[in-house]
Amino acid sequence: MIRVILPFHLRNLAHVGNEITLEIEGPITQRSVLDALESRYPMLRGAIRDHDTLQRRAFLRFFACEEDLSHEAPDAPLPEAVASGKEPFIVIGAIAGG
Amino acid sequence: MSGVRVLVGTRKGAFILSSDGKRQNWEVSGPHFAGWEMYHLKGSPADPNRIYASQTSGWFGQIIQRSDDGGKTWHQPGTPAGQPALPGPPKSWSNKFAYDSSAETGKPLTTHQWYDGTQHPWEFKRVWHLEPSLTDADTVYAGVEDAALFRSTDGGQNWKELPGLRGHGTGPNWQPGAGGMCLHTIILDPSNPKRIFIAISAAGAFRTDDGGETWKPINRGLRSQYIPNPTAEVGHCVHHIASNPKRPNVLFMQKHWDVMRSNDAGDNWTEVSGNLPTDFGFVIDVHAHEPETIYVVPIKSDSEHYVHDGKLRVFRSRSGGNDWEPLSKGLPQKDCYVNVLRDAMAVDTLDKCGVYFGTTGGQVYCSPDAGDSWNPIVRDLPAVLSIEVQTLA
Repeated sequence: MIRVILPFHLRNLAHVGNEITLEIEGPITQRSVLDALESRYPMLRGAIRDHDTLQRRAFLRFFACEEDLSHEAPDAPLPEAVASGKEPFIVIGAIAGG
Repeated sequence: MSGVRVLVGTRKGAFILSSDGKRQNWEVSGPHFAGWEMYHLKGSPADPNRIYASQTSGWFGQIIQRSDDGGKTWHQPGTPAGQPALPGPPKSWSNKFAYDSSAETGKPLTTHQWYDGTQHPWEFKRVWHLEPSLTDADTVYAGVEDAALFRSTDGGQNWKELPGLRGHGTGPNWQPGAGGMCLHTIILDPSNPKRIFIAISAAGAFRTDDGGETWKPINRGLRSQYIPNPTAEVGHCVHHIASNPKRPNVLFMQKHWDVMRSNDAGDNWTEVSGNLPTDFGFVIDVHAHEPETIYVVPIKSDSEHYVHDGKLRVFRSRSGGNDWEPLSKGLPQKDCYVNVLRDAMAVDTLDKCGVYFGTTGGQVYCSPDAGDSWNPIVRDLPAVLSIEVQTLA
């Protein structure tokens, strides 16, 4: 079981609460987590990654285990604590006023 | 009993203001999509319960929302709220606006002029304006930044560019205005389903007479000092265009500076700024029943985006321009420094015609008597980006 935490506006778009849980078979990577997330919540397609390039949107970051994983390769394994469900995979928006 | 529904897009959400035909007592619903920039909402003339909305964010990109019950509930087309998620490919791409670069429709993606005069690739940013078809609730046009026109024929689930506009040849001379290179005005001709007018800041006005396949610039008569050739075919910062549906060949334009008029579907324009205190502004609209009665809100200058003399005044011409009268009854006449953005004025079709506008200070005003007097419906919304009105039977 993978735990995912989304920012406020994406939670509203997906009509979910503070934390989502996903069941994923195979390697646990940024790509497999985001694929599973978008498959279950198709309204999030394009809001985290570009539709075609699958590049992370510029003002979003991916954190887990107190580390910034935003620039890790999308197919690199996520930390074991994320894969085991001990720690969440966090999608977070850049802080800005206004 | 007849009534009106005012659709308000703001910097931090959407609001729906409802009243009966008297337009005195209002019910306020919202914020919908709280915290998001709502560039535009518009109802379908073919089905007033069908409303499209452009929800956008620098963080999360573009979202299209749709209501099928007059704004009570909303969903992203193709992904209804509460529907069990299915694995596999998505059923739709309601928020995907991909510029057409296919070989079939001919043109490789061009570049346009950047602020510094160099060429820059087209990059989708957001939907500025949604224009539902006059006859089919599932067909809707979207004007986007960077400027292009898209159309959906399945209720907003999928979008396809009409590439003849961006690719017709003058694209490399288009350039962004301060707000971005946006296609902000779409007028569907009720007398000719093949004819569409659009306007782009800063490229100018364009018209198709074949349903969007081919386009031509319609900017003859415009004069703009901020481009090297002030009378160039394109490059003009058109802020908004309006027409009366009963007389679609007569167009009125608020340009960056200058209020303009065309009697021949945009082929030629003449200035009708007349006695306005300043002819800079953003909005322009036409009375629903009197096609020579038009409204503007003069803004002091392009360096001072607020109303003239600290007074919020709508100016009305009953002669199609040149002779203007200030309308101020009920509007603040001192210490007022708001702006009224290009899509933030609308008219209803009741008798008397109601006129509505929203300000960057968060006020939405209604005149139930064609501009003679004004009342605030709400005073303290986020900055208003757009106003549309539905007249309900």
